[in-house]
Amino acid sequence: MSLQFILTVTLNGLTLAALYFIVASGFSLIFGLMRTVNMAHGALYMVGAYIGFAVFDPIYGSAWSSYAWPIAIVAGIVAVAVLGVVMQVVFLGWMQGQELRQALVTIGLSIIFADQLLANFGGSPFQFFAPDLLFGPVQVPGIGRYPVFRLFQVGLAIAVGVGLWLLLNKTRLGIMVRAGVDDRQMLAACGVNVPLVAATVFALGAALAGLGGVIGATAQPMALGVDARFLLISLVVVIVGGMGSIGGTALGAILIGLAEQWGQVFFPTYSVILTFVIMAAVLAIRPQGLMGRKVA
Amino acid sequence: MSGYLEIRDLQVRFGRATILQGIDLNVLGAPLSVVGRNGMGKTTMCSALMGMVPASGSAKLDGKEVLGLGTGRVARSGIALVPQGRRMFPSLSVHEHLVLVAQKGDPAWTIDRVYETFPRLAERRRNGGDQLSGGEQQMLAISRALLMNPKLVIMDEPSEGLAPVIVDHLIEVLRNITTEGMGLLLIEQNLRVATSVSEQVAIMVTGKIAATVNSVELAADRDMQNRYLGVSHGH
Repeated sequence: MSLQFILTVTLNGLTLAALYFIVASGFSLIFGLMRTVNMAHGALYMVGAYIGFAVFDPIYGSAWSSYAWPIAIVAGIVAVAVLGVVMQVVFLGWMQGQELRQALVTIGLSIIFADQLLANFGGSPFQFFAPDLLFGPVQVPGIGRYPVFRLFQVGLAIAVGVGLWLLLNKTRLGIMVRAGVDDRQMLAACGVNVPLVAATVFALGAALAGLGGVIGATAQPMALGVDARFLLISLVVVIVGGMGSIGGTALGAILIGLAEQWGQVFFPTYSVILTFVIMAAVLAIRPQGLMGRKVA
Repeated sequence: MSGYLEIRDLQVRFGRATILQGIDLNVLGAPLSVVGRNGMGKTTMCSALMGMVPASGSAKLDGKEVLGLGTGRVARSGIALVPQGRRMFPSLSVHEHLVLVAQKGDPAWTIDRVYETFPRLAERRRNGGDQLSGGEQQMLAISRALLMNPKLVIMDEPSEGLAPVIVDHLIEVLRNITTEGMGLLLIEQNLRVATSVSEQVAIMVTGKIAATVNSVELAADRDMQNRYLGVSHGH
């Protein structure tokens, strides 16, 4: 096993982890404030990619070709954020605290979303073309040629992580979110419009799934069925890292990303099992997740 | 002068149990204390007024109905709560507690004024809300309510678990607050606090107001204290 090989597999793991982090941080954010296990998070990821592509396709090849990808990103984010707000306001808000009911409702919604995508867009896979700036290979020391888009993915994940950290720790909205995690009723007694904060957080968490969808469908072809995979990944990442913690989500994403890539090197057929071995080990030793707080 | 609270026939039921059986109370331009033994429904009354538990009847703040509004809207209409057990936010620092509720413009209570009034909080501004002593937590809980610049503050047993010397400080703080035209509904087990802060004291017995008496009379009348409050003298 050459050093170049080790570095390449590790970098592959990290770039995959970057995508996982973007998607799972949205999942973790929603769970953190609302205790809602949003089982439609994977479907939101997929909706982001499909809506993004529906906007991307007609623009790409026209005179505005070079703007197609950024417009697709914005479209994916906005569409899924709006969908998230509708989910929270119409379905989930009034069953606050009934976790099982919310889980079942979001499973139902995710099936509806997936079928609507199949009905409206068909079942053929598709892929975004990254803009020229992010397209093609670049020289990475110790590895050689490496897709520049996958490095961009890592930069974007870091930007998302830093942005979320600043939002939660340096803004009044962040103070409201953290106070709401502690004691929603007392937050309301402080005069805060808690349903509005909840809708905002849901929009933000969903938007991250939408962003992840367009990014994921640029790195690899997108097809129906990825919703289940990304829901599962989000669940595993936040269980390993700790629910509602940004640092924990990052750590969980890195562990799972590396485990998937190295698992494929050592035992390609059973690599998926490694992910669950890690999850089971964390649950046995530290049930609140590696960086999660103990729930009283 | 505002902050008039008129409570009429306030009732709360949990299943078949009636916790509040028709409370009538007025807070009209002067602080009012409500005393009573444990389990008489004092905290339930606070929760009902804040929209935290379902209740029937009426509660009007300056003539406007607040019952049934939902906690956030009750608070925004001008009622602040200093809850039993303080209910700090463990994830927030002292300063963040204040930023959360501080209002824009030029209100009577600002973060600067809170730090002037409670220098101890200024020293501990970076500490977590749950790293404070009981007395400091109570000051923060009161500051959190004052910064909302409410018409009326409801305080649920603010002296609970505080050392006597801190209780003296608390009494002084409560007296100062009420001279500024903010209404105060004070729920207390500690008779000394109740009678030092308000001239009128309402006595709650099994979900009803049994009597409203003058503080001085109640403080002097051991028989009345025994009848309504058991052995709960000021300590």
